Amino acid sequence: MENHAKLAAHDMNLFFGEKQILKNINIDFPEKEVTSLIGPSGCGKSTLLRSFNRMHDLTPEAKIQGKLTIDDQDIYHPSQPLTQLRKRIGMVFQKPNPLPKSIFDNLAYALKIHKYPKSEMEDLVENALKESYLWDEVKDDLKKPATKLSGGQQQRLCIARTVILRPEVILMDEPCSALDPISTHKIEDLILKLRSDYTIVIVTHNMQQAQRISDKVAFMYLGELIEYDTTDVIFNNAKKELTRNYISGHFG
Amino acid sequence: MRDSNIRRRERIDTFFKYLFEVTGYVTIALLGGIFFMLVYNSVSFFAEISPVDFFTGNQWEPESSEGKYSIVPLVISTGLVALGSMIIAVPLGILCAVYLAELAPTRVRNILKPAIEMLAAIPSVAIGFLGIVLVGPGIAKLFGIQNGLNALNGSVLLAVMALPTIITICEDAINAVPKTYKEASLALGADTWKTLFKVIVPAAAPGIIAAVMLGLGRALGETMTVLMATGNASAIPCGFLDSVRTITATIAIEMGEVPYKTTHYFALFAIAAVLFIITLVINLIGEYFANRRRRFHA
Repeated sequence: MENHAKLAAHDMNLFFGEKQILKNINIDFPEKEVTSLIGPSGCGKSTLLRSFNRMHDLTPEAKIQGKLTIDDQDIYHPSQPLTQLRKRIGMVFQKPNPLPKSIFDNLAYALKIHKYPKSEMEDLVENALKESYLWDEVKDDLKKPATKLSGGQQQRLCIARTVILRPEVILMDEPCSALDPISTHKIEDLILKLRSDYTIVIVTHNMQQAQRISDKVAFMYLGELIEYDTTDVIFNNAKKELTRNYISGHFG
Repeated sequence: MRDSNIRRRERIDTFFKYLFEVTGYVTIALLGGIFFMLVYNSVSFFAEISPVDFFTGNQWEPESSEGKYSIVPLVISTGLVALGSMIIAVPLGILCAVYLAELAPTRVRNILKPAIEMLAAIPSVAIGFLGIVLVGPGIAKLFGIQNGLNALNGSVLLAVMALPTIITICEDAINAVPKTYKEASLALGADTWKTLFKVIVPAAAPGIIAAVMLGLGRALGETMTVLMATGNASAIPCGFLDSVRTITATIAIEMGEVPYKTTHYFALFAIAAVLFIITLVINLIGEYFANRRRRFHA
């Protein structure tokens, strides 16, 4: 029995200017599962991911057709409050992007945006850092600039900054591509733990990673969704030849 | 053959290394030289007038029989005019830079930027005229006073002159803020305003402080405009509507007429030295704050 579709795209096309980046995408991401988006560079994985929290709003030439939904509500509906939407759908970027503030202030900033009472901040920050397995490493210098942390710590801080807002969905855009294997391993552990509370969609180039952490895998190629199934089927029993070729490393 | 070639390249490398080093030292030497020249001439002044009178008196009247040399009215004048100009130019400049860098549509930007740069090219004498003909009378009318040639007039004009510097450097600083900061903030659900003023502007703070310091330096050092527009009364001003006489204007007015190597002549060097030190200290303070912010950057 599959969980209900938390996020979905229906007949979605996306253009940058004249160029069509995503072609007729239909996909839904089940609640409280980890879904990986895989495919060769430039196939539109990240573009699809960024459509869900409307990061393309920053790019005037981006045009989106079709319907994207969270809990069946239209993400692009004019009455959809963008700030609330992005609180519900958090995002972790490819390159860790802590703000040029202290560790504490990075997390407090997220809380301040959404007007959390000051009195709760310290507890929430501590809790979020614990959830991201970062607390023990930073508890003694929360005032330290976040940019002085190692890459892996920065990325866990960014995850903490996302989970502190208790989003419903976490989008991750190759969160480990800039990290060493040990940090990657820690982030993967973290994702597996977060899985029970959040719907996670992750873009990855790492086949082993997709296999290790995801419940379902979507394979994309040249802007199209080629195959979407459980991790087991995609990696061991893919129906499309294109998918099998990509998985086995024949191209990409 | 090969060997000599390598050695030649190494020699050229060394040559350029020293050449660049020398250019660096030339700047320091110039700075030191100017300071030395000012201090050297000031010493002759302080041999005759006590520093206590110089720094505590309340009148600058070198022409009077007993010769009153107090820098206090001049420093207050300079400070007042510069402060007023910064009160006007800093918020205006930062907001304009934010608008240009983050909000303006390309079409507006393409008109606004050259216009602002053009503002910097207007000679200070022309701005002085503007003060005498337009801003001064305007101030007189607005406040119902006789004389519009006062500190406020100077502040308005200096603000106009400092704006292009502040805007251009602020805008560069804002543009240099990594796009990832903006994305991080927006992805957390922050609106444009929070992102601008809680993330982007603070991240650009070192550059913005540098911009303000340069603007302030310009305001403190500007001579012709304040000479023309502020009335040149060498009494201690009580407010922005009093006529003032800045250090720079005093030097410009009196240097041409003062007899060579008299107390009055050396006095002008002394006040120039004070101005030099004030500007230096302000720059150092700016540098300190800029560095304090910088440690948060990667």
